[in-house]
Amino acid sequence: MNRAPANRAAGPPVSRIPALPLAAGLAAALLLSLVCGVAFGSSELGLPRVLRLLGAGLTGGRLEAGEAAGYAIVWEIRLPRTVLAAVVGAGLAATGVAVQALVRNALADPFVLGISSGAAVGANAVLLFGAFASLGVWAVSVSAFGSALVAMALVYLAARTAYGLTPLRLVLTGTALSYGFSAGTTLMVFAADRGEAARDAMMWLLGSLGGATWGSVPIAAATVLAGLAYLACAAGRLDALAMGDETSASLGVDPDRLRRELFVVTAAVTGTVVAVSGAIGFVGLLVPHLVRMLVGAGHRRVLLVAPLAGALLLVWVDIASRTLLAPAELPVGVFTAVLGVPVFLLMMRRRGHAFGGNR
Amino acid sequence: MTDPALVTGPTLVTGPTGRTGPAGAQDLDVDAVSVELAGTRLVHEVSLAAAAGQVIGLVGPNGSGKSTLLRCVYRVLKPAGGAVRLDGADLHALTARESARRVAALTQEHSAEFDFTVAEVVAMGRLPHRRGFGAPAEGDRERCAEALRKVRAGHLAERGFLSLSGGEKQRVLFARALVQEPRLLVLDEPTNHLDIAHQLEVLALAREAGPTVLTALHDLNLAAGHCDLLYVLREGRIVASGPPGEVLRPALLAEVFGVRATPVRHPGTGAVQLLFDRLDRPDRLDRSADA
Repeated sequence: MNRAPANRAAGPPVSRIPALPLAAGLAAALLLSLVCGVAFGSSELGLPRVLRLLGAGLTGGRLEAGEAAGYAIVWEIRLPRTVLAAVVGAGLAATGVAVQALVRNALADPFVLGISSGAAVGANAVLLFGAFASLGVWAVSVSAFGSALVAMALVYLAARTAYGLTPLRLVLTGTALSYGFSAGTTLMVFAADRGEAARDAMMWLLGSLGGATWGSVPIAAATVLAGLAYLACAAGRLDALAMGDETSASLGVDPDRLRRELFVVTAAVTGTVVAVSGAIGFVGLLVPHLVRMLVGAGHRRVLLVAPLAGALLLVWVDIASRTLLAPAELPVGVFTAVLGVPVFLLMMRRRGHAFGGNR
Repeated sequence: MTDPALVTGPTLVTGPTGRTGPAGAQDLDVDAVSVELAGTRLVHEVSLAAAAGQVIGLVGPNGSGKSTLLRCVYRVLKPAGGAVRLDGADLHALTARESARRVAALTQEHSAEFDFTVAEVVAMGRLPHRRGFGAPAEGDRERCAEALRKVRAGHLAERGFLSLSGGEKQRVLFARALVQEPRLLVLDEPTNHLDIAHQLEVLALAREAGPTVLTALHDLNLAAGHCDLLYVLREGRIVASGPPGEVLRPALLAEVFGVRATPVRHPGTGAVQLLFDRLDRPDRLDRSADA
């Protein structure tokens, strides 16, 4: 605890970017990026035309008959997809922050609690065996969300002790059950007698926004916004929890109760997000880290900036995934890793971020 | 189990500062508190009392229940029996927030995962006072800056907490406890891992701070020199209490701590100090488990 000699001078003041201007900048960039997300795609529409079509949809103006196809691409395919990318990115970044405080470990991400691997079991049961076919296009999402909730209940029950949910038990239980769920998914892939089975499963596991429709946006957006609102209110309590259970209790924050709340909120948001987009890795780990390096560890500021940064990242990652090898589409998870890893390493080196107290 | 001869009766107390604590001005009242963990009773019907502004020391061998009792006072643990009252109000009947506005704690816990700045760590002390959505209130910033100046850590405000030395960390956590504006300050081994200058500094801060202080201490000489009243715990029970000069007698030190010691008076302050001679009964060590 006190390895340093007492007379050693403390490190230099931490240099930080003010959170409010940064958030405003990110919000502006996000709006621009949403337009870019609609403008770029496998069929070239051109920016002026995209803007005209967007405007027509917003103001209810008239269009010539020849514009119908372009209008459909902009309003029925690209816009819901881009908006969903932003929602999913914001949700993953915010739950990443929440889980890291929940298990008091900066290396955790929303998937460490086993929720995404649980959701994968449900999603692949539909993709590979056509389970719940009566639900039609909703089958994958409903099944993924349902199995995410089952996974969450299992992890909760297995991790619970007489003293409440302890961070280490949560991580260990989540990790152990994740392996179990993944084994189930793998078993299904091999049992399915379809040639495309492995590819479908792979696509879902690495995440894709290809299935986005206006139908999936409202539920996902409402869940993510509700989660963000809860976390914003809990920011001060998250600070206390991050300092430790004893400190938290002495500051009037019941650590067990807060952890239970965080667990439910995280599970609901992650379950919803995973149901509409698959398991997009890295965002929930990377974005909270990057944001902490920029604005510090205080949760009020982190929770203001992280959702915007996550949304921005995912909008651009989605653009890349559908334009780089167009008309073929790549899994989003490939790009979050390709973009995220170097940026992360670079920033870590430049800012001398303290991990676990060692500079 | 308890040697009745060791238990001193309730006393009108005169400590090193000459503050007296008659029962009438009672502030902290730990009333027959028992604490259980996983079905094992670790603290047995402990009662102790303090007048407003007194510094109360809790001493005892490892595993005697000091930390457990303190954790019950700052509400990590619920008492299995009895009550902790502060100015007449049962702390465990209050909400966690209400209780945290009255009791602040300096624990032995140090999380090293998230690098908050010193200013952020101190600001957490205002958490129990915040309303609504928990936005920082008017005047919080000045309160925090003032508390940091008080513990001579004003220059550290923008540093990362994790980059501080042990003594600096303890001062910053002290400032956090101060901005909580508590009536009672609970300190769990506040001098652990600190050099002698920082040990004396922390105890001087506790004395200057204003609220009633309840502190667990391992160093009996620090306890003798800085506390108005000492309570001695052994195996979860109070076996002696009173002013340091009355409590720290050779018979008790041999019985409870298993050491031979000679009490002397400090030539300057007149406080009792102990000269430790040797281990008295090595078999004592077998009975105490590390906490």
